[in-house]
Amino acid sequence: MNILVIAELHEDSLRKSTHSAVTFAKNVGAPFSILVLGSGADKAAQEAATFGAQKVLVADDASLKDPLAERYAPVIAQVAKAGNFDVVVVTASSYGKDIAPRVAAKLGAGYATDISGVKNDGGKLTFKRPVYAGNAFGYCEIQTPVKVVSVRQSEFAAAEPSGGASPVEKIAVAAADPAAARVEFVSLEAAKSERPDLGEAKVIVSGGRALKERFAEVLDPLANLLGAAVGASRAACDAGYAPPELQVGQTGRVVAPQLYFAIGISGAIQHLAGMKGSKNIVAINKDPEAPIFQVADYGLVQDLFTAVPELITELKK
Amino acid sequence: MKVLVPLKRVSDPDNANKIKIAGGKIDTTGLEWKPNPFDEYAVETALRLTENGTSPKQRLGEVVVVTFGPKETEMTLRAALATGADRAIRIDAKDEDLDGDLIARALKALVEKEKPDLVLAGKQAVDGDSNQVGQLLAEYLGWPQATFAGTIKSEDDKSLVVGREVDGGTVNVRVTLPAVVSVDLRIVAPKSVTSKHTPPTHNYADGVRFAALMAIMAAKKKPLVEVKLADLTTDTALKIKYSAFEPPAARKAGVKVKTVAELVGKLKTEAKVL
Repeated sequence: MNILVIAELHEDSLRKSTHSAVTFAKNVGAPFSILVLGSGADKAAQEAATFGAQKVLVADDASLKDPLAERYAPVIAQVAKAGNFDVVVVTASSYGKDIAPRVAAKLGAGYATDISGVKNDGGKLTFKRPVYAGNAFGYCEIQTPVKVVSVRQSEFAAAEPSGGASPVEKIAVAAADPAAARVEFVSLEAAKSERPDLGEAKVIVSGGRALKERFAEVLDPLANLLGAAVGASRAACDAGYAPPELQVGQTGRVVAPQLYFAIGISGAIQHLAGMKGSKNIVAINKDPEAPIFQVADYGLVQDLFTAVPELITELKK
Repeated sequence: MKVLVPLKRVSDPDNANKIKIAGGKIDTTGLEWKPNPFDEYAVETALRLTENGTSPKQRLGEVVVVTFGPKETEMTLRAALATGADRAIRIDAKDEDLDGDLIARALKALVEKEKPDLVLAGKQAVDGDSNQVGQLLAEYLGWPQATFAGTIKSEDDKSLVVGREVDGGTVNVRVTLPAVVSVDLRIVAPKSVTSKHTPPTHNYADGVRFAALMAIMAAKKKPLVEVKLADLTTDTALKIKYSAFEPPAARKAGVKVKTVAELVGKLKTEAKVL
């Protein structure tokens, strides 16, 4: 078996999501290579070469400056075919979810999404994946010879560099699909934040609709103090109190930090689906019946507008 | 503009914690069926793109809804017809005989017959949580895609500017039709969909529109045809097979603390995370 890990880049470096895809490969226990795609990808390729991959393949081309599925998928499929890879893996970030299905369709491969576990039984792979907002787990097998999977970042700890340097090989970029001519990257409105990414943060301070217009005013000082990422429930995002990219949940980001503060969050199942893998959950809510208390390790029944400032004072002691 | 919207019915997502697992299989008996919320957003988006928002009863384009399922799933299609969709197609199939790839391949054949300008899909169904049909369909058709749309601006009937919600913010792309667009939650905000038909000052109600009783009655007369899956694709082998399901491990019950000081104490000495 031979695994192809698709790297995800942020500017010229690897995103941590790539490290989770490497962990998947290591869990399967088969040789793997890493494919780095981008424009000006040397630095990311050098980083990728430190994880014990057989090879690092680099598709470095101006046409790959922005991650458009119509441009990336043909290159990934070409590399997967040329190298006879049996498994292609991405992390189930918005990047992976956008691109991987097109790769699967090109390869005639089955595609299992957002997997939270893998078992290798003498070459037969069984994938575990959450369904119904994490209220059940399914065990599935992909029936096609080539398999494409996206892995849940929160369930595959980031791989550490294992030393050494894999050989780096540049590959020629295949001609783009006709579909690529009909999509144009216009702009990126990047969320401006000095805080860690939700997928990588050790501590997350998350707020619900109860915060209303005071969302940032109340949560930011606590997040700043803890060096935490800020998250939000769908209700808070829907109501416009928090920007959409902060949404934690079944259809937003799935997170599993060391410490998760759920502040003024009642605990709808869609939100729980995104955070109940957190190692320690603290809930602050004035409603003692809120479902969030059923998953919280530490629950505090108190009005958040008094509890959060008090918490900041206490932490500064 | 002609828009095709694939719809799926799902067991009530707000009751997902009540699903039962017996003998390694999921049993949804007793749960209410609802349209997948993201698919309802796709229908709403399609209606907004094909109307003048100030007089929505007069349709300015065609919205065709399609589902895969047994006879009972026609209720889901009728509900979409009642909100303004023009006609419906049911592809006769059982849930257990389908996976995302087969659905995408069957939809490809349907798209080639129907020739819509745009396929608008929900980004994922909230039961299987797979998030793949739109992208697979785009690839099978050789069309461009814009996934996780939070905004759509149609300047004319040939291209759309789509604001895609990605992990680090919003990516704006321009797609030339025909294309596949999958929609995210915020696509149903008051100003998230703009077309040349609707005055820029118009604000939509937040969320999806409800059908009036009259419209529900009228929807019973709108065209709804049944198509056999075999008429769309002869290759009906599944690419993904499930061998078992199990419930998630229960989280052990936590403790309630009385004060902030007690909370901080526990986080420092017991959980050792501060």
